[in-house]
Amino acid sequence: MLDFIVLFLTVGIPLSSALLLASLGESVNQRSGIFNLGCEGVMSMGAFVGMMIPYAVGGSGKVAWYVNLSGLVAAALAGALLGLLFGVVVIRFGAPQGIAGIGLQLFGTGLAGSLYRHFIGGAEGVAGINAIRIPLLSKIPILGDMLFSCNPMVYFSFIMVPVISLIMKKTPWGLRVRACGTMPRAADSMGIKVQRTRYEALAFGSAMAGLAGAYMSLCYAKLFTDTLIGGRGFIAVALVYFGQWSPVGIMGGALLFSLAQALQLAVQAYGFATFPYEFLVMTPYVLVIVVLIFASKRKHVGPASLGKPFNREMRV
Amino acid sequence: MTAHAETIRSLRVEHITKRFPGVIACSDISLSVGQGEILALVGENGAGKTTLMNILMGLYTPDEGKIYLNDEPVSFRSPADALACGIGMVHQQYMLVPDLTVLENVALGMQNALSMEEGKGRGRNRMKTDVRAVRTKIEEISSLYGLKVDPDAYIWQISVGEQQRVELIKTLCMGARFLILDEPTSALTPQETDDLIQLLRRMSSKLSIIFISHKLSEVKALCDTMVILRGGQLVYSGKTADHSAADIAELMTGHTVNLSMNRPALNVGQDMLVVKDLCVRGDRGHLALDHLNLSIRAGEIVGLAGVSGNGQRELAEALTGLRGIVSGSMVLDGQELQGKSPLDIISCGMGYIPEERNIEGIVPSMSIRENLVLKDIGTPAFSRRGLLKNKTIDHNAKSLCETFDVRCPGTETAAGSLSGGNIQKVILAREIARSPKFLIAVYPIRGLDMGAAEFIHRQLLDLRDSGVGILLISEEMEEVMDLSDRIAVIFKGKIQKVLEKSEANQRKLGILMAGVEEFDEAV
Amino acid sequence: MKRFKLWYRCGVVLLSVLVALAIAAVILTVLGANVLDTFRVIFVYPFSSIKNISGVINIMIPLSLVGIGICIAYRSGIVNIGGEGQMIMGLTLALVVALNVGEMPRALAIPLVLLSGMIGGGVWGAIPGILKTRFQVSELLSTVMLNYIASQFYSYCLRVPMLDPSVAGGSGDPQTVRLSESLWLSRMNQLFPSLDKNMRFHSGILIAIVLALIVFLFMWKTPAGFKMRAAGASERAARYGGINVKNYVVLAILLSGACCGLAGTVEVLGVHHRGLGNVSGGYGFSGIVVALFGGLHPLGVLPAAFFFAVISYGCNSLQINKIPLPGNTIDVLMGLVILVIVSAQMIISNKYIMYRAERWVRAHLLRAGKERA
Repeated sequence: MLDFIVLFLTVGIPLSSALLLASLGESVNQRSGIFNLGCEGVMSMGAFVGMMIPYAVGGSGKVAWYVNLSGLVAAALAGALLGLLFGVVVIRFGAPQGIAGIGLQLFGTGLAGSLYRHFIGGAEGVAGINAIRIPLLSKIPILGDMLFSCNPMVYFSFIMVPVISLIMKKTPWGLRVRACGTMPRAADSMGIKVQRTRYEALAFGSAMAGLAGAYMSLCYAKLFTDTLIGGRGFIAVALVYFGQWSPVGIMGGALLFSLAQALQLAVQAYGFATFPYEFLVMTPYVLVIVVLIFASKRKHVGPASLGKPFNREMRV
Repeated sequence: MTAHAETIRSLRVEHITKRFPGVIACSDISLSVGQGEILALVGENGAGKTTLMNILMGLYTPDEGKIYLNDEPVSFRSPADALACGIGMVHQQYMLVPDLTVLENVALGMQNALSMEEGKGRGRNRMKTDVRAVRTKIEEISSLYGLKVDPDAYIWQISVGEQQRVELIKTLCMGARFLILDEPTSALTPQETDDLIQLLRRMSSKLSIIFISHKLSEVKALCDTMVILRGGQLVYSGKTADHSAADIAELMTGHTVNLSMNRPALNVGQDMLVVKDLCVRGDRGHLALDHLNLSIRAGEIVGLAGVSGNGQRELAEALTGLRGIVSGSMVLDGQELQGKSPLDIISCGMGYIPEERNIEGIVPSMSIRENLVLKDIGTPAFSRRGLLKNKTIDHNAKSLCETFDVRCPGTETAAGSLSGGNIQKVILAREIARSPKFLIAVYPIRGLDMGAAEFIHRQLLDLRDSGVGILLISEEMEEVMDLSDRIAVIFKGKIQKVLEKSEANQRKLGILMAGVEEFDEAV
Repeated sequence: MKRFKLWYRCGVVLLSVLVALAIAAVILTVLGANVLDTFRVIFVYPFSSIKNISGVINIMIPLSLVGIGICIAYRSGIVNIGGEGQMIMGLTLALVVALNVGEMPRALAIPLVLLSGMIGGGVWGAIPGILKTRFQVSELLSTVMLNYIASQFYSYCLRVPMLDPSVAGGSGDPQTVRLSESLWLSRMNQLFPSLDKNMRFHSGILIAIVLALIVFLFMWKTPAGFKMRAAGASERAARYGGINVKNYVVLAILLSGACCGLAGTVEVLGVHHRGLGNVSGGYGFSGIVVALFGGLHPLGVLPAAFFFAVISYGCNSLQINKIPLPGNTIDVLMGLVILVIVSAQMIISNKYIMYRAERWVRAHLLRAGKERA
């Protein structure tokens, strides 16, 4: 039984990182008033770009470390770039964000898949970034394996929880972003450049989604496929609602979803072969719906102008 | 930070023109304000006052014309530019972010002002909000002018009057040396208005102010000079003392205003609508209506006076079935309304002119003819065997547009593209054509030009004389006093008192609206 | 003014098409394809023979059915991105019925199977509607989750209860047995023997045309459709007008789901003749593009669906025409088209931009005119 729980957690925690990063990024987007349903596409591009650079350059030892790092940076940049493209459509032109998000999703996943087929082709893997064991702490029985022998990006994703929280609460930029998401007119009258702030938030949030994708290809699976992201982008958007825009809540949601997924993997691994695995695979999705039902019952705390374009000279 | 900034000796705008699709909002307007002066900018809704000020603030860019500050031409591309020159505006709808605290709102504005003024010093306060400096600044300003606020309260927790103080403090903290106040008294009680006027007088020793209003008594009490706009054009510029209120009103509207239209009610019948102990929750879960009692007879207009946010909206929504009630009863002509759906209430004979006519009164993207049958589309009058009777619908639209003088290119036009007055006429036409027993009219003439407003008022009075009970909800004291046969004052979800038309006056109503019940001693 | 509006609209549309083509050209070049050849295969090759046109129409059928469904929802204020799931659930229920009708006469069996497909899709579509109206769960999220759930459920059904015994235990993809031939939708050249024998597209096209007409009549000529459109255009105005918005929202997405379910069923009865994996093939998403492109009008959806079927068929034919592009290219183009269309729509509907453009044109044309004079 203990084995089972350990397996369940050691699988579950790394699974949650991609969701956590993407969802935190999406929460920043939404705080500024932009609903980016195309997160999935951004993650795909991040995953492809993140893996492409180490694959093309190769190298070993110290060099590999730098190459991997530049892969991550490139993934973040690719994400930010896609975010800005989306920004032109929804901020500059004020297009409906749900539909435009679907467009971004198709574009991003399609482009990542096409580029992958063209430049890499078959199922090639990369060495990627491996887990590091933190000295001493990883020696703690059970906990050491579970919590202190993870991939550096896993630590990074969990560090981002307080970091995002601080950025949104304590920095002038965070204050501006929140003002733009709640009452852009007020922000504008105080001399804040609403559209610019939204671009910034969108680039930042999308860069995080790009990193989340790179985590999947470079750290988790160490390869790229068309279905690598497999709907994680959409789940990430749902988790923002689940977490009610609070980084800690989002972390809870990401862990809950990933643990549910780990549980179904563990159940499969422990061989209840007669039980159809499809029903296990679908449980996390059912869980998200159930959780969304309860999340919406709570007091509404979301950004009031979420999804509403802002144009100063438009007369309503 | 304001110490080294140059004082504003004069502000001039010359030949400003601004066009919007289909309208010229400002046409060739020039005015100037000197140091320590309070200029009144007077005009009806839609006269171009707000547009002109938004141009001064850099919110809109003018199509033609120039702005001069201390005789030097300036051009403002965004509010940031205007703020950097020391011009600050308190908008009619307060520009405060409701889920931030007072302190955070001020900090938000100040960071921008600071980072712009100091240029190089940006790095210092970029990473962290300097809470202590902001707090000190708030305290400094509030003690200088005697403006009391709690810096740690959230905006949504504080009253409208307090929000206005926060707006003022915020604007001053951002370094404003020239204040523009856009209809600052519209949401205040008469007593709060008096306080504000005192405050502005004190402030004018240190600042220049443009005071926008269409309330003539305030203008005469506060300002020495004024500028009157009508239909985007400047029609008068000069001393306030030279003209009587009636003269100013005439200049504002362009024709002699018949200030009183009401005639005594002739046809008052039995109780039509009786509301007993009605309790309703507001959006934030508090009791917006707290055991409210009110009865309205057939053939009379009861005006509901009160500062907005005291439960008017919730009352209208409860009566039309759009908002659930906690307890109490509502009876319309013998039929209980509580627990019924909006459709059932409509079929009981309830008519409703909603507050936000553009999004509640009409479906903007649908045509006029479709909007005119919105409430009756399922009835045999307009459909047969599950199909719409298009000819009847057309005919209905044509005759209603004629009777109610709806000016439109055709009945196929999207209702949302009409002007406010014509939209209101479409709504009124639909409601009256359904021959209701009772009508709730919420802010029926807000934002309309005088002609349309008069038309709407006449229709309401005719409707009353035909024996319909009307509840008129308005924040315009003059409208309420003029049209109503009785006036009920609402305060914090309760009816303070119901006055006969003959015993009501501005002062009495003002005291009641502020929540003082026993006003006999106070008067 | 009127004339300017027309020119302005045409100009924006033309410009957006050019922008989309330019971006596509850049991407194709990066992917190492000859841009002109690729465009030729995508836009011209599908018209090169009757057989190819038939192939295009076979793709157009499910696209237009889904597109019509999306229209109903969109007009009623719901963005239904659950088309995939609704197709799958519709077709699952249809397969259950189809595999069990036995020797029922064709005239009875086919409508029964189609109806069950609609019921399956409709019920699956009603779920996000109920979630939205009763629990305020955004349909954008719930439909995506329901898509995953539906696809898992379908693959279970294929793998276990409906599995064709002859492939059981084998390595092939799970699929059902072939449906009895009496359930197949006839091909056009069977239905009308006078037609060219290469007119091989199935009679689902007739279903699509009839459905488009019915939906048009329903949305624009009946009180229920009127109420749904009012609820979609302005929820608050509709609510105050006595329309039970919640019920109409559920009804709208239910009907939308029914159309998607029908699309899945028609695809199986017309093309595959058995249940197998990946029948939905992304139609749920491309249906959104089609609906948008068709101006959110059921009669506009038909030509839009044809247009996208052409692109889709062209992209699928890239390999046989020796153009080394992966099949994903279609997604890139679709995504691009969505982004460009929504932007162009906003520019067209934004009066302020149009007004400024008009004044700019007037000023410059006037100046040019004066100089000439």
